[in-house]
Amino acid sequence: MSGIPHDHYEPKTGGEKWLHSRLPIVGLLYDTIMIPTPKNLNWWWIWGIVLAFCLVLQIVTGIVLVMHYTPHVDLAFASVEHIMRNVNGGHMLRYLHANGASLFFVAVYIHIFRGLFYGSYKAPREITWIIGMLIYLSMMGTAFMGYVLPWGQMSFWGATVITGLFGAIPFIGEGIQTWLLGGPAVDNATLNRFFSLHYLLPFVIAALVVVHIWAFHTTGNNNPTGVEVRRGSKAEAEKDTLPFWPYFVIKDLFALAVVLVVFWAVVGFMPNYLGHPDNYIEADALVTPAHIVPEWYFLPFYAILRAFTSEVWVVQIASFITGGIIDAKFFGVLAMFGAIIVMALAPWLDTSSVRSGKYRPMFRWWFYLLIVDFMALMWLGAMPAEEPYASFALIASAYWFGYFLVILPILGVIEKPLPQPETIEEDFNAHYGKKADGAGSAEASPAE
Amino acid sequence: MLKKLALGAAFALALAPAASFAAPDGEPYVEDFAFSFEGPFGKYDQNQLQRGLQVYTEVCAVCHGLRYVPLRTLSAESGPGIPEEQVRAYAAENFEVFDEELDDFRPATPTDHFPQVTSVGAPDLSLMAKARAGFHGPYGLGINQLIKGIGGAEYIASLLAGYTGEEKEEAGVILYENTAFPGGWISMAPPLSDELVEYADGSANDLNNLSEDVAAFLMWTAEPKMMARKQAGFVGVFFLTVLSVLLYLTNKRLWAPVKGKKD
Repeated sequence: MSGIPHDHYEPKTGGEKWLHSRLPIVGLLYDTIMIPTPKNLNWWWIWGIVLAFCLVLQIVTGIVLVMHYTPHVDLAFASVEHIMRNVNGGHMLRYLHANGASLFFVAVYIHIFRGLFYGSYKAPREITWIIGMLIYLSMMGTAFMGYVLPWGQMSFWGATVITGLFGAIPFIGEGIQTWLLGGPAVDNATLNRFFSLHYLLPFVIAALVVVHIWAFHTTGNNNPTGVEVRRGSKAEAEKDTLPFWPYFVIKDLFALAVVLVVFWAVVGFMPNYLGHPDNYIEADALVTPAHIVPEWYFLPFYAILRAFTSEVWVVQIASFITGGIIDAKFFGVLAMFGAIIVMALAPWLDTSSVRSGKYRPMFRWWFYLLIVDFMALMWLGAMPAEEPYASFALIASAYWFGYFLVILPILGVIEKPLPQPETIEEDFNAHYGKKADGAGSAEASPAE
Repeated sequence: MLKKLALGAAFALALAPAASFAAPDGEPYVEDFAFSFEGPFGKYDQNQLQRGLQVYTEVCAVCHGLRYVPLRTLSAESGPGIPEEQVRAYAAENFEVFDEELDDFRPATPTDHFPQVTSVGAPDLSLMAKARAGFHGPYGLGINQLIKGIGGAEYIASLLAGYTGEEKEEAGVILYENTAFPGGWISMAPPLSDELVEYADGSANDLNNLSEDVAAFLMWTAEPKMMARKQAGFVGVFFLTVLSVLLYLTNKRLWAPVKGKKD
C-alpha cells in the first residue's frame, strides 16, 4: 500500500512466518490498526467510529429481531407486538434497533458536514467521498424499507408515497413502480421484498464501508488544517502523525461512550419520541392518515421534493421546454435526487485549492448558512404543504443547490484564503503551546 | 441529536411570529395530567391499574377489544399484579373465546388474549395510548413532547372527560361534541359518568377519576414493559457514564506526553 511511510508487520516466529507467506492477514490487520493518523484530528473526527458501531448494532439487533418477526401483511404487526410483549428483552431490542437508525443518521449527517467543512472530499479523496455517498444512499434505502416492516399506518402510507415517486418518471414510471411493489399497490409482495432487501443491504453497506476505509487509508486521513502529512521519510511522517492504535482508538471509544450515554437515555426513557403514533395503528389501505410524514432523517430531502410545485417558474419552464414530460411531480423527484447528486459532485464543483474551511474566510459563512439551511429544510419537511412553509421550502431548496452549483465554484476564484500552517506538527504544537522544536512524539518537551 | 433539536428549536423560535398564524383554530384541548408513570423515575400505580382494569371490564370491553394483550400478563409484578388465581377466575368469568379445536366458544383462560371485539367503528385499545399523541410541539418540532412525553394517556383521559353535552346528527349518525377529539365531534357516546363504576376499595369514582384510571390502565396495555425499560435505561446510563469517565482518564493519560503536558 502506498501512502504514509510507517513500520510494517514483520513475522518473527516460525508459525507467524508460515502463516504470513500463505495469508498475510495479520500484516493487513496490523497495517490497518497502526495506520499513521494526523495527530491534530479534533472531536469532529469521532463520528466514523460511531457509524461503525451503529452498523454493528443494527445488524446484531436486526438478526435477533428477525428470529421473532413474521413478514406477512396479516401477521407482521402482531409479530412486532409479540416481540414487545413476549420475547425476553424484545422491547429493548426493538427500541434499540428503531432508535439505532436515528443515531446512525445523526452520525452520518455530522460526518458528512465535517467532510464538507474541512474539504475532506477534495483530491485525492474523491473516491472516499463517492463511496461515502453510496453508503449514505444505501442507508436511506435500508432505513426506508425497515420502517415498512412493522406494517403500521405510517409504514404502509410512507411506502405508498415513496414508491409513488418512481411512478412520476415519464413513460416507464408506472412499470417501474409496479415492478418495485410486486403488484399494483403496496401489499404482501411489497412487504416480503422489502424484508429481504432490508436484510441484504446492511451487508452491502458493510462491504462499502471496507472500501471507504481502504480508500482513505490509501490517501491518509484529512485533518483540520487540510495540510497533507509529510511523506519524505518515516521520521518526517512521524512528526505529523500518531498510530491509530492506541491514540485514536481510545479517543474515539471515549467519544463513543459519551454518545451512547445520550443514546441509551433516549432508548430507556423516551423510545417513541422520534417515531410516529400512527405507526402503532395497523396498516389499513382504506384509511389515509391526516399527515403522512417521513422519519426525521428524510425530512430535508422530502422538503425539497415538495418545494417544486407547478406554480414555481423553474418548473413551468422545464415543463414548457420538454413539452410537459417533466411535470411538477417529476421535477420534484429530480430535485430530491439532484440534491444528493450535487453533494456527491462537490469534489469537482469546489474550485478552491485550500481544503480546510478554517482558512477560507468567505466559505466559512456560506457553510454555516448551509447548516442552517439543512435544519430549516428538516423543519419544513414536517410542516403541511401550505403557505408560508411552501415559500420557505423553495428558498431553502434554492440555497441548497446554489451552495453547490454556484457558491462553491465562484468562491474558489474570488476568495483570498488565510495563511495555512506549513505542517501538521506546527499546527499541533501551536495549539498545545509547544515550541516547534521538532520533538518526536515520545519526548515530552516542557511547555514554555 | 440534542444539539440538532436545540438548533432547530432556536430556529423555530426565531420564525415563530411568522408561523403562528398557520395554527388551525379550535385546537383539541388535552390536559397535562400528572400520571404516576411519567418521567424516568415514574412507576405504574398498581392500585390505579387495577381500578382501570375494572373500568375497562365493566364499560369499555362492551365495544372495544385488547387483542394484543395476553390475560396472563395481568399478574405481572410491573403491571396490575393480580394474583394468578384471580386472573384465572377473572378470565373465565368475563370473556369467552372461540376455540378452533372444540369448534365452539369456551371460557377464556389466562393463556388467551383479551378477545378481539369487532364493533363497527370501535378501535382496538391495546396500543391506543401509543397510537395517539396528546401533545404536539410548537410548529411541528415536538418540543412539548420532549418535556411532557407523547401524551397518549393524557389524550385518553382528556377525551373521556371532554364531552360538552352537545349533540348533532350528521348523515344519520349522532355525533357528540368533545374538546379533546380532533375535529371536535366524536361518534362515541359519552361512556363514563360520575360514579358509574363502584370501586371495591371505595376510591373516589367521579368522572375524572374513572377517566384517569382507565387511561393509566391503557398506558400499561400499550407499554407493559415500561418499568423494565426504565430500569434498563438507568443501568445502561450508569455503566456507560462510568465507562466514559474511565476512558476519559485513559485518553488524558495517553495523550499527555504527546501534548507536552504532565497528567
